Amino acid sequence: MRLTTMLLLFATLVILAYFAARRRAIAMAGGHRGIRNLHSLPAHHGYYAALCSALPALLVLALWALVGDRVVMGQVITTLPEPYRSMEASELSLVLNEVRALASGQAMGGERPPELEPVAGRFLALHSASRWLLSAVVLALALAGGALACWTIRPQLRARNRVEAMVKALLIGASTLAVFTTVGILLSVIFEAVRFFGQVPIIDFLFGLEWSPQTALRPDQVGSSGAFGAVPLFAGTLLISAIAMAVAVPIGLMVAIYLSEYAEPRMRALVKPLLEVLAGIPTVVYGYFAALTVAPLLREGGEALGLDVASESALGAGLVMGVMIIPFISSLSDDVINAVPQSLRDGSLALGATTSETTRRVVIPAALPGIVGGVLLAVSRAIGETMIVVMAAGLSARLTVNPLEAVTTVTVQIVTLLVGDQEFDSPKTLAAFALGLVLFIVTLVLNIVALLVVRRYREQYE
Amino acid sequence: MPLDDRSTDRPVIPTTSQRTGGGSGTVGDIHAREPVITVRDCNVHYGDTHALKQVSLDIGRNEVVSLIGPSGCGKSTFIRCLNRMNDTIESARVTGDFRLDGQDIYAKDMDVVLLRARVGMVFQKPNPFPKSIFENVAYGPRIHGLAGSRRQLDDIVYESLERAGLLAEVKDRLDEPGTGLSGGQQQRLCIARAIAVSPDVILMDEPCSALDPIATARIEDLIDELREKYAIAIVTHSMQQAARVSQRTAYFHLGNLVEVGPTEKIFTNPGHKLTEDYVTGRFG
Repeated sequence: MRLTTMLLLFATLVILAYFAARRRAIAMAGGHRGIRNLHSLPAHHGYYAALCSALPALLVLALWALVGDRVVMGQVITTLPEPYRSMEASELSLVLNEVRALASGQAMGGERPPELEPVAGRFLALHSASRWLLSAVVLALALAGGALACWTIRPQLRARNRVEAMVKALLIGASTLAVFTTVGILLSVIFEAVRFFGQVPIIDFLFGLEWSPQTALRPDQVGSSGAFGAVPLFAGTLLISAIAMAVAVPIGLMVAIYLSEYAEPRMRALVKPLLEVLAGIPTVVYGYFAALTVAPLLREGGEALGLDVASESALGAGLVMGVMIIPFISSLSDDVINAVPQSLRDGSLALGATTSETTRRVVIPAALPGIVGGVLLAVSRAIGETMIVVMAAGLSARLTVNPLEAVTTVTVQIVTLLVGDQEFDSPKTLAAFALGLVLFIVTLVLNIVALLVVRRYREQYE
Repeated sequence: MPLDDRSTDRPVIPTTSQRTGGGSGTVGDIHAREPVITVRDCNVHYGDTHALKQVSLDIGRNEVVSLIGPSGCGKSTFIRCLNRMNDTIESARVTGDFRLDGQDIYAKDMDVVLLRARVGMVFQKPNPFPKSIFENVAYGPRIHGLAGSRRQLDDIVYESLERAGLLAEVKDRLDEPGTGLSGGQQQRLCIARAIAVSPDVILMDEPCSALDPIATARIEDLIDELREKYAIAIVTHSMQQAARVSQRTAYFHLGNLVEVGPTEKIFTNPGHKLTEDYVTGRFG
């Protein structure tokens, strides 16, 4: 049976269970008038039956998705002729891939040993049998679950409470899934990073001043032993982020103050969506805006002033990144400024303060913790930003604070280390994971601090 | 910041009719013995709502005028006209003749900043700034440049706190945040903040409605003392409070000023049916 057919049938069964249980509940109560005699509404009985029919079957499906293929392959292996059975795992998996290819009828160049033909046939048979079995089990479970739920309907059945409990369990499942995904991502990065630190000492990585991740391909190659000091990368990241924040914080804050304290409702209705457009521009677009428009402009301007501006200067990337972050800061600050109670503004105005004095001396100080939180979130965004710097910042890791020179960032290096064909056991490739791990930790800490600051502020006025 | 709204004046149509008698059918005498603020034919619209209709009333030196009436009758709107706090409400339109010591409050060349320095306001909910107690009181003097030195500023702050009856309770913790005080203390801090800029008039918009009876009694005593120096207009929902603190009482009803008179007369021998119904508790 095809998977889609099976799923359609399955859905039909679940819906049927819902309606059957509903009808039965109503019948049990003695028609619509007797619904008061039921502990739960007929719809709850319906949901209860639908969930009873769907959940066990879905569980089986999920299990199959996890282990089904392995079970089939385990069967196939036992039918392999002798020389194959004593092979090592890695060679065996190659053979099994051959079997799969044969079974799907793909002619992937090269001769295949004829003794694999019957094995492929066996694989096909097993595969389709397992599909049938799966479909039968799933549909039977759905039917049985639904029928059992319908059968057990009594007026005093606490269907509502059971449905609520199941819904709660589902929601908890969904949120743990999200948490586990995060943990999984973190672990995958950590494992690779640990492998890297096995080859390069962690102290050299964190405090080394030289970055040149070229490793020798052959032992006799000269001059490319590789240096993995991450300091220039983090310095570059900080430089570009600092330029970006120097642009975004003042402008974003002033925009927020204008919007919340000065703008008339009509102006506000016009400006806010426009800013959100700015926030919606893909960072790739910002990237080539930086590389093709801003960078040449800066270079020409620098030449006119007699300055030597690199064509991939930190300044260009930082400026454009700052523009990208403006809506982020302005909308977060606008929110916290709006949360400052109107009574504070009235109090200040009633003492004869002007709007600007009120904003400067009362509103901003009151909103400051929230604004700081927003700025910290923006910093972690700037540090993690990739596309703009990949396109507009340089590749050479230089330790400098001169914004007119080209610097490189952590994210740029991660991209260049992982692009193209790479072997995953050289420190060159593994360095990307170590960089990613440090980046993750830095932004995580920034986010936590920002959230704590924002939360403390919220407590003040609610 | 070059942003400044000191000159934003709302278009105002001053009426020429200077009535000498009551407003539109107001019972009683609207005049004060020594008027500081005189209002004639005040009309306020919020969008399409006519919130105040032809109201005329004086507020005099060394007296407390209480404004009473059911919710939504326009009492708060009226006192917010007197220091032009309604300017901050987009939809509000104010007409009429408002004078502070003879000066037109809504004149084009009236400086709102100076006006609000002379006509202070205390709000319903205590609203101390999230600053220290000292800074809360020093806020007004600082913006208006009233103190030439730190010592003068200290003097103003101590004097204002003293006059608001708060100094004894807070003099050891002037650096602590004003928001940490109790509700009654916060409201007295707001009064100290208002008198720190030496106003002529203090407007109070239900200053005790968020306070417990003991704190309320403290504030009422304070209002009575402040009468010696300032003209005070107080909006209140409590008729006992109006009777306790004010010399004159004005009864508002649905945007009309129904009756004005000596407090005692309003509560014992009202001249209008509506006033009588309200003060005897038959509605409102």
